[in-house]
Amino acid sequence: MLWAVLSIFVLAAVAPFIARVTKQATGWVLGLLPLAVFAYFAQQIGPVADGTPIRQVHAWVPSLDLTLSFYLDGLSLLFALLVTGIGTLIVVYAGGYMHGHDQYGRFFSQLLLFMGAMLGLVVADNIIAFFIFFELTSFASYLLIGFYHTDEDNRQAARKALVVTGGGGLALLAGLLLLQQVTGTMEFSEMLALGDTVRAHPYYTGIFVLVILGAFTKSAQFPFHFWLPAAMAGPTPVSAYLHSATMVKAGVFLLARLSPVLGGTDLWLYTLVSFGAFTMVLSAWLGLRYTDLKQILAYTTVMVLGLLTMLLGVGTSAAVKAAMVFILVHALYKGALFMMAGSVDHETGTRDVLELGGLRSEMPYTMAGGLLAALSMAGLPPLFGFIGKEVTYEAALGAGPIGIVVLVASVLANAALLAGALVVGIKPFFGGEGSFTRHPHEAPVSMWLGPGILATLGLAFGLVPSLVDQTILQAATGAVLQSPYEFYLALWHGINAPLIASLVTFAIGFALYVQWARVQPSGFMQALDGFFGRRPAAAFERGLFEMARLSQWTTRRVQDGTFRHYLLTVLSTFVVLVGSSLLLQTNIQWPTEVLGVRYYEAALAGIIVLAALVAVRTHERFIAILALSIGGYAIALLYLLFGAPDLAMTQFTIETLSIIILVIVLLNLPGISGQVSLASRVRDAVVATGVGAIITTIALTVLSTPLDRYVSDYLASRSYTEARGHNIVNVILVDFRALDTMGEIGVLAMAALGVYVLMRMMRQNRDTPEASIESDDKVLTEAEETA
Amino acid sequence: MIYSLILQVATRLLIPLLLVFSVFMLLRGHSHPGGGFVGGLIAGSAFVLYAFSRGVGAARQVLRFEPQTLLGVGLACALGSGILALIQGEAFLTGLWADLYLPGGIHLYLGSTLIFDIGVFLVVIGTVVLMMFSVEERGPAVIPSRRNDTS
Amino acid sequence: MEALLAIVSGILFACSFYLMMRRNLLRFVIGLIILGNAANLLIFTMGRLTRDHPPVIPYGAELPIEPYANPLPQALILTAIVISFGLLVFALVLVFRNYLTTNTLDADTLDAAEPDEPLDVHTETRRLPA
Repeated sequence: MLWAVLSIFVLAAVAPFIARVTKQATGWVLGLLPLAVFAYFAQQIGPVADGTPIRQVHAWVPSLDLTLSFYLDGLSLLFALLVTGIGTLIVVYAGGYMHGHDQYGRFFSQLLLFMGAMLGLVVADNIIAFFIFFELTSFASYLLIGFYHTDEDNRQAARKALVVTGGGGLALLAGLLLLQQVTGTMEFSEMLALGDTVRAHPYYTGIFVLVILGAFTKSAQFPFHFWLPAAMAGPTPVSAYLHSATMVKAGVFLLARLSPVLGGTDLWLYTLVSFGAFTMVLSAWLGLRYTDLKQILAYTTVMVLGLLTMLLGVGTSAAVKAAMVFILVHALYKGALFMMAGSVDHETGTRDVLELGGLRSEMPYTMAGGLLAALSMAGLPPLFGFIGKEVTYEAALGAGPIGIVVLVASVLANAALLAGALVVGIKPFFGGEGSFTRHPHEAPVSMWLGPGILATLGLAFGLVPSLVDQTILQAATGAVLQSPYEFYLALWHGINAPLIASLVTFAIGFALYVQWARVQPSGFMQALDGFFGRRPAAAFERGLFEMARLSQWTTRRVQDGTFRHYLLTVLSTFVVLVGSSLLLQTNIQWPTEVLGVRYYEAALAGIIVLAALVAVRTHERFIAILALSIGGYAIALLYLLFGAPDLAMTQFTIETLSIIILVIVLLNLPGISGQVSLASRVRDAVVATGVGAIITTIALTVLSTPLDRYVSDYLASRSYTEARGHNIVNVILVDFRALDTMGEIGVLAMAALGVYVLMRMMRQNRDTPEASIESDDKVLTEAEETA
Repeated sequence: MIYSLILQVATRLLIPLLLVFSVFMLLRGHSHPGGGFVGGLIAGSAFVLYAFSRGVGAARQVLRFEPQTLLGVGLACALGSGILALIQGEAFLTGLWADLYLPGGIHLYLGSTLIFDIGVFLVVIGTVVLMMFSVEERGPAVIPSRRNDTS
Repeated sequence: MEALLAIVSGILFACSFYLMMRRNLLRFVIGLIILGNAANLLIFTMGRLTRDHPPVIPYGAELPIEPYANPLPQALILTAIVISFGLLVFALVLVFRNYLTTNTLDADTLDAAEPDEPLDVHTETRRLPA
């Protein structure tokens, strides 16, 4: 499995180069690998359906105990097959659709990256790997949605998707890490058995909220639904892929994956059912407001995501079965319909239903695929969509008290879905000639093959459900339920409650379709769209805008370009935070076990303080230097008194050299000036005093605790026996901690070279009059040397 | 620039003394207070003093090497002493020791840490000298006009 | 004595930060020098003080004789002193170099690193979507 995932990433990296060679055949060539991976996963159906999940572990970062582990149960396998299978068709389709675009190669590269990320996500076992793939899908979709990046709206759509899903991903990360804390494992496969522990844990609510945030943002549940319709700004193959098999399904996958761990509580049930049902009904009806093929399809995707969330929330065997069936149903027809919409757009130059019509004779293959898929979407027999709808109703009826809500919501949403499906599938092909300028003709084979295959499968699975029910769907349902569950799907169950619900749905749906021309522009739909469609998106953009303003404002406040204000900010923060915690948390004591003070030591301390105060007060730079060096020498004497002759010697020499260099440079600089107001001087003095007081307090607190001289004694005791040195300080410097010393002399050398370069720059930049003085100086020096 | 005669005479005596003292400090460093840092600072001061009394050009001549060369050689010494340990199969920068019995009953105890300390010594000299020379070459006499109207 | 030096280094820190917040860059450099001394003194004090007994092992012995001064802070401070000298010279030369370019030592007039744009300009041109 590692190779299956990795190979797609590798292909993503080299795709632009392949595209340069293969030209218009690129789609066919690049499609071979996803096809091979699909075949690999298809071979696993047998073993997985027998109830033995496959687990593969590879060491990743052994030092951090991170593994790259893969887990293939029925659920992963269902998604892996969708990702690679539909992926293959999308790549082929994109070869035709994107043909002639000047960044053909880049497109394939990003598309394959998207595919690899999604595949990795569904088969990952390690939560960290899962999270990385999860965010990688957000990232790849950001690139793809914003593929036509020259248009501002597209960039905005891409950013919207990235911020919403990426932000949700961060919440998810927090949730997963908490989950790891509770279960003690990083692997999903091991977590699955620990559901009771998690549900009983006090962190449960926190974990639930964080994980749900991740899933809801990714799967565009209300109130995060607005990014998905905007995401149709991407090229159509991307929309087809994103809606059918990848990205948005990641949220649903996450819910399904974690439902054995987090599911089964009231919190889970009511949250998922209410948000799911609301999203489902809302978006199904919002879809009817639009006339753009892709827009209608986008809203119906949100509707299906709501349906799936709701079903997973209900969580009964029948509901999970319905969810798994619907995932497959939806992937098949949604992929086909988006591709069909893309083909129509490609050939006519418009996607507006009101402008389209009468394409049945020009584009027969596209029509056949599109129509079949639309009928499946409408849920009409004998297509697979009908079975999907039936099992949904069956699940609703068996869901207990909440079932009636689920049922009513489903009927309302499915009716709108039916109308939408007929609008998308029938309007462009039948009726009078559309009002488009381009002369349409049938799309190339690469562009009708994909929708055709998917739509045919929709028919085949409807007629012969045993192709999938006993194998992959049953395995997937069993994986989510964590217990084997056997079922058979069939078109005809006799006259029962689900069938009646279906008939009601058909009635409302057909009525809506007939009246669509009037429903679509109606005031009610406009209000609905304004309130739930446009407003959240506008609010989001507004929020981003205000955030930028806020950060700009704070940046300007804190970083106003004046260095001393930066320092003031840092120091005041230090005083407030450290000072308050010191006052609140620490017992400040006067240290007891310390040396007494001798009068000459006290005098030295006094000199040091006095010298520093003089340096602060004076405006005469040479007095300041003098005060500095007096203070420095006094410190050197202190070192000498307290058993540090090495330090004393070093400090003495350094002080001397410092004076020399200060004098040389200061002679070339003007005196100290630049007054500031008394108020700001007082403010700075208060802050500086605060910092000093805090440091003294910390120091006194440290001094009142006993010193652990373990390291010092360790080094001292080995100084002679192991390093043959009597001077312990020197032994530490050149032997025990020689590596540090080496770093330090490296720093010294760098500083020296820095000074050298700065001064050299000055000499080279010097203007002519100064240069002449310099040359005079040189002459004098040389004269001295010869003398 | 005019250099003080007294300073010139005094430095003629002082500088060899300082240099010898600095090497002394370097060599005793392992057993007594002293070492590469202190020794290097003293030697560096000696050259700075020389530059004061006779000009940077003269000091450069006495030094013979470019200060940058000292930096490089110093770092190379420090690194080399570490690599020596690597060659012996020890961890980087492990101290290695050799007993040498020279004719005349002289017993020398040589360690790779001494090479390291010499490296420190050279880098410190190089730093001090390079900084001082750089600044002094741009020294007080260079922009007198500016000094007049600002101080 | 340790307590006294803790107070002294606190005062030194206060002085150095006050100086570093002044407009004149020279006073900033002076503050920097005091900061180095203050930090060294603080580390030295934190390692506790021992009078008159340097951490040197006498000849013929294998271990230092108690009491002896704490060698570890000394090793830290020794390099710190030399490094702060390097820092001092570098800062000084930067100030000097800056003076030659801008002809001022007033930190408040040096805002080339934080010009008013581009953030402000960006706000005006950015359009808020409907």
